[in-house]
Amino acid sequence: MNQYETVFILTPVLSDVQMKEAVEKFKAILVEEGAEIINEENWGLKKLAYPIQKKSTGFYQLLEFNADPSTIAKLELNYRRDERVIRFLTFKNEKYAAEYAAKRRNVKSTKKEEA
Amino acid sequence: MAQNQSEIRYLTPPTVDVKKKKYCRFKKSGIKYIDYKDPEFLKKFLNEQGKILPRRITGTSLKFQRRIAQAVKRARHLALLPYVTDMMK
Repeated sequence: MNQYETVFILTPVLSDVQMKEAVEKFKAILVEEGAEIINEENWGLKKLAYPIQKKSTGFYQLLEFNADPSTIAKLELNYRRDERVIRFLTFKNEKYAAEYAAKRRNVKSTKKEEA
Repeated sequence: MAQNQSEIRYLTPPTVDVKKKKYCRFKKSGIKYIDYKDPEFLKKFLNEQGKILPRRITGTSLKFQRRIAQAVKRARHLALLPYVTDMMK
């Protein structure tokens, strides 16, 4: 089991409901493969620094999870097949990245409690 | 022409005092991981065209220069930073 982090950008033509549905789909794929989702962040509709597929905005979604390496191939295959995904990035978190991610999660959870 | 070259005049006289020593800000402040999700921070290591600045200018150690490069490239891929631009700052 390794810790991975993945970010994908969904096309902005989707409605909020459709966007959530797409996110759920990828989460389901991960869970099905026996991955344990540690963290998820929805950054919402953001402006892209350069156009991708002639679109200037996109929905960003971040997922952190523990999984076997074989899961990644399956996940990326699904990214490629899904035309709603315009860009994705998946990588393994090394030691310091994991520490940083844990800290980030703590900050986020404390903020939620305050709000 | 050759005569003109011999009399170079400086607008400001060349400084002779000691240069300030550069240092690696990551080593100094104990940052271990450089986050690609924070484009504003990464912009400190880019020039106006969005290119990564060399170590000789920023003073970053080799270890962290590699990590900056990694983070910047990830951010570019995710369209958090542009690949090419003008007048970024």
